[in-house]
Amino acid sequence: MDAQLNLASRRLPARPYRVLRELLCSLVRLLVGAYPCGQPPASGQVVYFANHTSHLDTLTLLSALSLRARSRTRPVAALDYWGAKPWRRWVAENLLNVVLIDRCGGSGDPLAPVHEALAAGFSLILFPEGTRRDTELPGPFKSGLYHLARAHPRAQLTPVYLENLHRILPKGARLPLPLINKVWFGAPLAPAGDDKTAFLAHAHAAVCALSPGH
Amino acid sequence: MHQNFWQLAGGILACLLLATLIGRLIAWRHGDSPTVRNLNERIHAWWALIGVALPVLALGKALTIALFALLSFMTLREFLSLTPTRPGDRPVLFLAFFVSIPFQYALVAMGWYGLFAVLIPVYGFFLLSAVATLAQDAEHFLERSARIQWAVMVCVYGISHAPALLFLDLPGYPQDHAVLLLFFLLVVQLSDILQYVCGKLFGRRKVAPVLSPNKTWEGLLGGGGLASAAGAALYGFTPFTPWQAALLSAAVVGAGFFGGLVLSAVKRSLGVKDWGQSLPGHGGMLDRLDSVAFAAPIFFHLTRYGFAP
Repeated sequence: MDAQLNLASRRLPARPYRVLRELLCSLVRLLVGAYPCGQPPASGQVVYFANHTSHLDTLTLLSALSLRARSRTRPVAALDYWGAKPWRRWVAENLLNVVLIDRCGGSGDPLAPVHEALAAGFSLILFPEGTRRDTELPGPFKSGLYHLARAHPRAQLTPVYLENLHRILPKGARLPLPLINKVWFGAPLAPAGDDKTAFLAHAHAAVCALSPGH
Repeated sequence: MHQNFWQLAGGILACLLLATLIGRLIAWRHGDSPTVRNLNERIHAWWALIGVALPVLALGKALTIALFALLSFMTLREFLSLTPTRPGDRPVLFLAFFVSIPFQYALVAMGWYGLFAVLIPVYGFFLLSAVATLAQDAEHFLERSARIQWAVMVCVYGISHAPALLFLDLPGYPQDHAVLLLFFLLVVQLSDILQYVCGKLFGRRKVAPVLSPNKTWEGLLGGGGLASAAGAALYGFTPFTPWQAALLSAAVVGAGFFGGLVLSAVKRSLGVKDWGQSLPGHGGMLDRLDSVAFAAPIFFHLTRYGFAP
């Protein structure tokens, strides 16, 4: 529990790590483009939620943001995967400034670190499907997004569609194919009401609507 | 660097400056409209393109080969990003990006004409098809294989024949071949630009309305004719006589026109208007290089057969 609190309220990583992160984003842009389409919110706290198809999702979304937005955005990731090996944990904590959540742990609310990060003013990247899928459109969303939206009504919930990543680095592939990836940003959603199912369906539709050809 | 190169480069920069001024004048007189904005965006993009191309060409063959390999990579990426592929195509796509480009350009740099002229159309064709069978995926097999072959032919084979000019043995031509490459690129792009300008000013009857609404007979004949005349006038920079320069320029104009038309048809069949967004006003890199891809092998071979021993 203590470890989780530490992770959530940790300050920004040291400068050399931020430079490394910028280099990594430049490399991603060189390889797959990560061209932003549409306008993400210019200021204020944002919760980006996107479809999840590959390990490169977080990096491409980060690369598509402006430097200012990128510096205060923290991706949310699963501790059971990213904490499993020491080098993964190093990358997640230092390079990407990830909020790690314990999906399998029994003690307390797994989303507690995320609430902490939002309370501290960070923006978040969230993948509501919970797992990677090989399809063009996202699968059904889990309820974490709804709980966060209710608890933090001032955060702008921005739908994002990540194009082509299921072709660039699908589940199981080792090397990314250098195809062009566009990051489609949508307009922020209206604040969440009482109906969880309707809200999740609305959020899902918002992401699908951003995919080209729909 | 040879004096001739800087003369030609200087002339190009002077024309670009003139074009910029004319573009500004038109914007000032006729106000803001999509066409005017597109015109000025295009001119801006030209400054960037020429700002990169001229120094690289001046700095020698190795850098020029590297630049064109990068252009092949960018155009291949644009093409393949828009064509649908299946998971079974991954090994083929890796071969296309990371084997065909380095091998083709290495062979061009070695001047090994016998192999680089057949590597992609023959060996690439067989190898890519063979590797495609490994995934045991029969769905749309022919279409998928054909698309990837096409992409590699246009983006790698076609474009690689431009820097191949640098390695030709032309006994009657004492200048640095970078001048000849610059001449070729100039004629191709002038043809595109003048066809666009003549089309906007005088265009009426469309050449292929279904495939490309912007190409008109007036644009083609006017712009193409002017570009051929420009090529003929610049014969001093080439190993050709004025007549030969005119005919070769006309061949380049014709091949370039069809390159643009064919790739417009491909775009239309894919349901897109531009190949990408990297060049404001033009679209993607392939939108700029489609005429080069078709014209380069023609110009290279005609020069080789006519003027190399």
